[in-house]
Amino acid sequence: MVTLVFANLSEKLQGAMQKLRSKGKISPRDVKEILREVKMALLEADVNFKVVKNFVARVEEKAVGEEVLSSLTPGQQVVKIVQQELTELMGSEREDLNLTGDIPVIMLVGLQGAGKTTATAKLGNYLRKNGKKPLLVAADIYRPAAIEQLETLGQQTGLEVFSLGTGTSPRDICRGALSKARREGFEPVIIDTAGRLHINEEMMTELKDLKKDIEPGEILLVADAMTGQDAVNLAESFNRDLGLTGVILTKMDGDARGGAALSIKAVTDAPIKFVGVGEKADALEPFHPDRLASRILGMGDVLGLIEKAEASYDREQARKMEQKLREASFTFDDFLEQLHQVREMGPLEDIIGMLPGMGNKKMLKNLQVDEKQLVYTEAIINSMTKKERQDPEIIDGSRRRRIAHGSGTSTQEVNRLLKQFKEMKKMMKRFQKSGKSSMMKNPFPF
Amino acid sequence: MSLIDKLKSGLAKTRQGIWKNTVGLFRGKVDEEFYEELAELLIQGDVGVNTTMELIEELRQRQKEKNLGGEELFAEFKSLLSGFLQISNFKLDPEQLNILLIVGVNGSGKTTSLAKLAHYYKQEGFAPLLVAGDTFRAAAIDQLKVWGNRLNLPVIAQSPGSDPAAVCYDAREAARARGKNLLLVDTAGRLHTEKNLMEELKKIKRVLGKEECNLKTLLVLDATNGQNALEQGRTFNKSLTIDGVILTKLDGTAKGGIVFPLARELELPVFKLGLGEGMEDLKSFEPELFVEQLLEDNE
Repeated sequence: MVTLVFANLSEKLQGAMQKLRSKGKISPRDVKEILREVKMALLEADVNFKVVKNFVARVEEKAVGEEVLSSLTPGQQVVKIVQQELTELMGSEREDLNLTGDIPVIMLVGLQGAGKTTATAKLGNYLRKNGKKPLLVAADIYRPAAIEQLETLGQQTGLEVFSLGTGTSPRDICRGALSKARREGFEPVIIDTAGRLHINEEMMTELKDLKKDIEPGEILLVADAMTGQDAVNLAESFNRDLGLTGVILTKMDGDARGGAALSIKAVTDAPIKFVGVGEKADALEPFHPDRLASRILGMGDVLGLIEKAEASYDREQARKMEQKLREASFTFDDFLEQLHQVREMGPLEDIIGMLPGMGNKKMLKNLQVDEKQLVYTEAIINSMTKKERQDPEIIDGSRRRRIAHGSGTSTQEVNRLLKQFKEMKKMMKRFQKSGKSSMMKNPFPF
Repeated sequence: MSLIDKLKSGLAKTRQGIWKNTVGLFRGKVDEEFYEELAELLIQGDVGVNTTMELIEELRQRQKEKNLGGEELFAEFKSLLSGFLQISNFKLDPEQLNILLIVGVNGSGKTTSLAKLAHYYKQEGFAPLLVAGDTFRAAAIDQLKVWGNRLNLPVIAQSPGSDPAAVCYDAREAARARGKNLLLVDTAGRLHTEKNLMEELKKIKRVLGKEECNLKTLLVLDATNGQNALEQGRTFNKSLTIDGVILTKLDGTAKGGIVFPLARELELPVFKLGLGEGMEDLKSFEPELFVEQLLEDNE
């Protein structure tokens, strides 16, 4: 889900990088050209202009150095620099919530409409699942029915909500909540504050005072993933006034490209800890910057791989295929169809590249996953007659020689494929017996 | 406070940041660097890469043709900018039933904008009825009821979870029975990528427009949103045909530059600007004034 948001940005960047990779010799002008594309991709994704500018300047400085351009693989060197800098920009490891202290307190702050109240309930829900007993605090006394909203969400999720109505100051509400938590063993305490503009001094002072008073271990900025260039301004202000410990990025289930994530991280250095991915109470996911960075850079993302497989897999075809497997009538024609499906997922190298640790070429070589193998396999099957594909048993020595000749391979290779196919059918029968038909969703053995 | 003053103070923050630099920029030499910097400034105002390039190209052309510089080029730039924009100035007719359907993504400011519109039209002599069409979000109905109380206006609502189209049907009946001539329909926030929820909106619109009336659909956009606001505009317009945009939260530091691609790429006109928390802080959109305020030199 999350990866989809960034897919577009990632695609653009990878496209630009691909051009560089293939070059044996590059000039400073080539670097400039490619960085222009990187710059545009980032800007279109709403990454703040200054952040982009700094980023590009850093890459350029490193990339046009004598060592890089005169090295044997200048293109790859530049790609590597871009990767390093982007990873730097995104942050690397996931940072967990700080729930230490007598009674841990988490305070949620942000602009109007960012999604604080919803995030409060979702976070409470998440923490309870992780064995905590959170107390939600309705400290937004300004927006009409904000308190009722949190109370309703509390009822829906079965979480305790503390409120004193709109007549009490947020400070007194929080104090009350803390003593209730202490008395009744709630922890952590999660405070929903009113949305406010970062330039509204009076309202920001209220938060500063609240911070002094209740000393929250976590002050999380709740920010809309669709935020544009202004993300840096608001994040900077909130950070300066309150010292943010993290960010919750909401509305990530839309099609925003999510550049705000990079901007906010860049100006505050506060890690993104959670992302909101839907309207339901459990639609809050821990954020893994490393995973996301890898994905953007095409370095490995298992989730992305699964999504990709599902996207290119026709359900109707899958159903038919399953039927065939059940009836053990799986033929070389079906095999060919499977092959096409795998290839539809994109270049094999990219697919393997989505597996963690498989990102670099060296490992790929060791694995000997060769795109050509698939091409050969396809050629062999294409050289079979219709009858042979339906019933491989009839393929004798002379037919094998003909097939090898027709596909430009050797009889040994044809033999190997026939053997593999036989093995595969055997395997399917076994699966079938143990009733694990779902495991045969993609029986192509690789 | 006059409208101009209000707009000025509302946009003060906007003006001080990026746009003040724009003014200074025109005092310098008109060369490649000038255009580059101008492009950077527009992009930082959320105008977006494509529209920025288009604007810069156009300005370059005009400069070449007329050989302009300094003040003259600045004036040309301002007219170019305001020429890009489109206004939505439909009128409501007190003699028939008017319906304003308010739509937008979550948290864009639909309910607040609706309350401000209700306040405005009440003062204009209309008899508004607020319609709680957001039956999904927790306490959304309560929120509208609070506004109803504050504005002393009736609210049509069913219980949470009920069919919003049914609420709208009720509202039409109520308008007829009580002799009201303006329905202001709140809807649940939804991301434009949610196909089923967009279908729900279409149904709501069908129900509302079943019998003759002056039905306008208004899209509420958060000015702090970046280029995604364009996608919102595109999708909502495709599903519902949008009559006007309400651009909210312009009293922050967001630049509101998204109105340029909205006008250029989608021909979406702007109806109102949200400039603050007060009931009066929803203002008509006037391109010249908007651009003038954005670019005004305060020094």
